Amino acid sequence: MSDIYKGAIDCDLHPRVPTPRAISQYMDDHWRDTVDLRGIETWDSISYPPNAPLTLRPDWRKLGADTEPGKAAKETLDRFGFAHAICNSLFAVQAFRDENLAAAFASALNDWLAAEWLAKDPRLKGSAVLPIQSPERAAEEIERLSSDKRFVQVLMLAMGEHPLGKSMYWPIYAAAERHGFTVGIHAGSSYHHALTGSGWPTYYAEDYASQSLGFHTQLGSFICEGVFVKYPRLKVVLIESGVTWLPSYLWRLSKFWRGVRNEVPWLDRSPEEFVRDHIRLTIQPFDAPPSAAHIGRIMDQLQSDEMLLFSTDFPHWQFDGEEMLPAGLSPELVRKILIDNPLATYPRLGRQT
Amino acid sequence: MMLDAPLTPTLDADADRDTGAPAQARLKIIDGDVHPAARSMADVTQFLAPRWREHLEVYGSRRKLGMGYEPYPKSAPRACRRDAWPEGGGNPGSDLDLIRKQYLDAYGIEYGILGPLGVSGQSELNQEFSAALASATNDWQREYFTKPEPRLRSGIVVPSEHAEASVAEIERCADDPAFAQVFMLTRTSEPLGNRRYWPIYAAAERHGLPVGMHVFGSGGHPYTGTGWPSYYVEEGTGHSTSCQAAVSSLVMEGVFERFPRLKVVMIEGGFGWLPALTWRLDKVFERMRDEVPHLKKRPSEYIRQHIWVTTQPMEEPDDRRHLIDTMEWIGWDRLLFASDYPHWDFDDPFRAFPAGVPAEGKRQILAGNGRAVYRLG
Repeated sequence: MSDIYKGAIDCDLHPRVPTPRAISQYMDDHWRDTVDLRGIETWDSISYPPNAPLTLRPDWRKLGADTEPGKAAKETLDRFGFAHAICNSLFAVQAFRDENLAAAFASALNDWLAAEWLAKDPRLKGSAVLPIQSPERAAEEIERLSSDKRFVQVLMLAMGEHPLGKSMYWPIYAAAERHGFTVGIHAGSSYHHALTGSGWPTYYAEDYASQSLGFHTQLGSFICEGVFVKYPRLKVVLIESGVTWLPSYLWRLSKFWRGVRNEVPWLDRSPEEFVRDHIRLTIQPFDAPPSAAHIGRIMDQLQSDEMLLFSTDFPHWQFDGEEMLPAGLSPELVRKILIDNPLATYPRLGRQT
Repeated sequence: MMLDAPLTPTLDADADRDTGAPAQARLKIIDGDVHPAARSMADVTQFLAPRWREHLEVYGSRRKLGMGYEPYPKSAPRACRRDAWPEGGGNPGSDLDLIRKQYLDAYGIEYGILGPLGVSGQSELNQEFSAALASATNDWQREYFTKPEPRLRSGIVVPSEHAEASVAEIERCADDPAFAQVFMLTRTSEPLGNRRYWPIYAAAERHGLPVGMHVFGSGGHPYTGTGWPSYYVEEGTGHSTSCQAAVSSLVMEGVFERFPRLKVVMIEGGFGWLPALTWRLDKVFERMRDEVPHLKKRPSEYIRQHIWVTTQPMEEPDDRRHLIDTMEWIGWDRLLFASDYPHWDFDDPFRAFPAGVPAEGKRQILAGNGRAVYRLG
């Protein structure tokens, strides 16, 4: 095994999230009783079916990723020498219709993460799940966690009620910017709408493929609504988006913007410039053929060596063996992806290292 | 072309510079997306039965938009080029003489494939009315455009959400060689690979008609999986996502296993999105092929065999080699030129391509591929 990953920062690791009852141990009496009395035994999204091949890589399952997830994650970090891993909790908080319930679960989930994962291994850092149903309460959750330096990011899903650039969500970005949190958007949906503008796809394989379309929409929304004009220090990370969809979407967005820019006169730069300055993408999955020649051309289309962040997506099955990076990248670029770019993207991470 | 460039055509000067030959002697062009318009609805409604004419007068068109017009105001009146308004009145795309002068003759168009939009029978809430209006739209296309002008060919507009009526409409129109394809919109009530649409594909395949899927329409959902964007610039950019949802669904549902001779043309969503989508679908398929055992091939193989994409609005990366790479990944034989005349984001066949596109590839895109795809007999 090579040691190229030594010191790397894994920007997408998934802790195995327990049952609502276990999370409720981090709630106050009222909400713990609510979980009990109302029988909230399971609250599973249809994203990442637990036994689907994508959800759990077979050799990581053998490592105990489903039974002793903390140990399996630790062994993975040890084995490759990662400096940090950012934990993204996937639990369907976003799917609740009741914002009170969502806020209670989001806070409890974040406290559970802090106690069960972050406290046990200083290499692990956290993303704070937000009750997106209420942007005000989401901002309150950011304030609540702002003094806990282990939390470096706030987390939302690629698909929810509305595109995330809309001004109703700006309290979240104001709070995130104020406290140096990076904004992470992870694949997934609240499923409050059909997954596509043309309805519900039949298969999970399509559902997963369609996640990239949510990222298209969010990118367009963040740029066109002027979020980065209003919050110039904000960084947004698109987590598990597939990456290679980005260049052609940007060509298209920029062309339309040139044609109808009078509709969004607050944009003082081209969409490409906003993206280079504010948008980052985790590298798994990287939707491309395996050939280094293809990948070289795709990297050239991205026109930046600062946008990609290393990720394993542990324990999801995105790659086999140790091929955590696309083929044919230069050693300089690899170093940036593994270490420099994540440090530049997560100011709260940098403060501690 | 740049979208913010002046929209006044400088037709012959540019064209001649390109080839040194007058329009008539130049390479013929097949255009996969030309939009006809009615001077007024009466042009279309004369083909409706009195019962439905009265219905339209009393209740209006009630589409799954909840509005009589589009939810995003366009960039220009009717989203049209300002020079495309006929001097004698009427809407852009309604005056055959102007279409000939400004477009067909000026550019040496061999065939222009019509795609009627707006109140044309798609996305209507009342399915019987939807079927009646689609039929009227098809009759109107024939009488006003394809009969008097053989360079124009049309698409059979179908009331997509009503498969039985769609099949009946295809059967009614298919013998007329002026119809070069079946015409659907990408924003449907279910993803386009869903079984409810299969009778339409069966009928299209039976008659050797490709199915054109043009962006727009409204199936009763927000235009994205995460709700409604605010701006026209977002909607316009997002059309490529509705194309991706359609292609994913057609492939993963096994439509091309079931209909091995079916050809599908994606219209007005650009084309840059197709390679990344194909790679993504291949990867997902590789991981979860046990969920879709009806697929005998990889998604990329179905796409390569069954999907064509029109070029407009052509993406414009800073580095033109990026676009040429993209065209190469898709396949020179899978791209079809489209102008979108008379809309504001019109692509000029002589100016839209970046320098460096191989001459043979360009010839294929401008005409050769269209000849292979459309039913032009």
